[in-house]
Amino acid sequence: MSFLAALSADADIVVAQNVFFAFIAIAMIYAALRVVTTSNVVHAALWLVLVLAGVAAQFILLGSEFVAVTQVLVYIGAVVVLFLFGVMLTRASLGDDESVAKEKRGMAAFVGLLLFAVMATALIDTFEDNRLVVEQPQSVSTVSDAIFSKHIVAFEAVSVLLLAALIGAIVVARKD
Amino acid sequence: MNATLLLAELAYWQQTGIRVGIGLASVLLVAGALVYMHLFKAVSFMQSRLGPMEAGPYGSLQLLAEVGKHIQKEDIFPRNADRFVFAAAPFVVLASTFLLVVVVPAGPDALFINSELGIYLGLAVSSVSVLGILMAGWGSSNKYSLLGGLRATGQLIAYELPLILAVVGVVIQAGTMNMADIVYAQANGEIFGFGALGNPYILTQGVAFVIFLIAMQAELAQAPFDMPVAESELVTGYMTEYSGMRFLMFFIGEFATAGVFAAVASVLFLGGWYVPGIAPDADIMNVLGPLVMLVKIVVLTFLIFWTRFTMPRFREDQLQRLAWKFLIPLALANIVVTGVLKVTF
Repeated sequence: MSFLAALSADADIVVAQNVFFAFIAIAMIYAALRVVTTSNVVHAALWLVLVLAGVAAQFILLGSEFVAVTQVLVYIGAVVVLFLFGVMLTRASLGDDESVAKEKRGMAAFVGLLLFAVMATALIDTFEDNRLVVEQPQSVSTVSDAIFSKHIVAFEAVSVLLLAALIGAIVVARKD
Repeated sequence: MNATLLLAELAYWQQTGIRVGIGLASVLLVAGALVYMHLFKAVSFMQSRLGPMEAGPYGSLQLLAEVGKHIQKEDIFPRNADRFVFAAAPFVVLASTFLLVVVVPAGPDALFINSELGIYLGLAVSSVSVLGILMAGWGSSNKYSLLGGLRATGQLIAYELPLILAVVGVVIQAGTMNMADIVYAQANGEIFGFGALGNPYILTQGVAFVIFLIAMQAELAQAPFDMPVAESELVTGYMTEYSGMRFLMFFIGEFATAGVFAAVASVLFLGGWYVPGIAPDADIMNVLGPLVMLVKIVVLTFLIFWTRFTMPRFREDQLQRLAWKFLIPLALANIVVTGVLKVTF
């Protein structure tokens, strides 16, 4: 039995999953850094596509296919496309954009670090050394049963919130 | 079920290799057949001419000649173009098409993946092609291309909603998103207790079918929805600066997407590989199924090209109004009615 197979025999650790997690995570971190360091707005949005695709890939590694596909449909197919549409409609300059603010980067980095610290602390505090056991892919019916029974109030609240945001955007945009 | 046994003996990477090969072949061969039958021949007959006749019998090798021509051409990059984005754009569009075919089943075992996400996965994958069109429009550093890219994006976003909402009606009625199970649901369905013909959803979801076809026409940017590639005003929009191999990729993408979308529509509304009289899970359907699917694809794509060469172009405001004020409310009403009927019966 090879070394990797011996590791796989330990039911809690899936070696291939961890290796690919590392690959995807490194690619995501690199792409995320490029999002904030490139001075071309369109390139930033395209790097963001890679980050979001990486998130979808991580969800697939965790067996949550439905969430992964939703990630692609909503974030890549809609949100980033709207970003790009807006950018191109207003300022479609090729090459580097000089007006991208550089002097506020220190502040932004500080806020980013702060956010990272808060989220990391919350995650580590909640799960401590629990292991997420992925025995089989999560089925769509599991997701829908959870949404429409246990989390129905949250689901309805979110949909009302989205509707309010939609109407609010129209009200703000229309001056008459 | 022999196909399953055969595949089970192969390693995962071998199965994947076979699936990739068959997927590429099925998309490209169908796209080539559609170009020859519809674009070269059917349209020519409508216009009282013969179409290509020289290369091969009845011009059947014309397409190979065209491909050869495009491969030989120089791959030109505009001087100010964003080289990487410009070069990558056709790959994004083509990848979206080739990944979409993955969800289409052509027989009880003749399928690429048997995922319960099925059509949802397909819709997500097909929504990525907008990104490639935006990349092409912006990366060309050409104002016509940029305008074409923006028009295409506005149109694709508007018509993606009725497309998805039309599918929801089918998913509610079938009770599953799995494409193969949607076929079984139609094959085992009954029309007022008469089950010999099954129940293809074109009968009960006729409204959704019409909405799906219209939205499909717009997603493919075929006339009357060809505002983004209007050759007389935008010089084919986002494709203006492309030449040679990369232009060929956009061209293949256009017809391959037409074929794959028609395959999706025939699974959702026309009963997929099912023909009345043969059990849908019989072994023989692994051979007959792809042929049945091919006939349905040819019929549906003929509708697309018939419309394309018959209708004049929509104006931009008419196009948006049709999507937002007519198709989307109609699709939502269809969902409500389907939901109510599903609960009552």
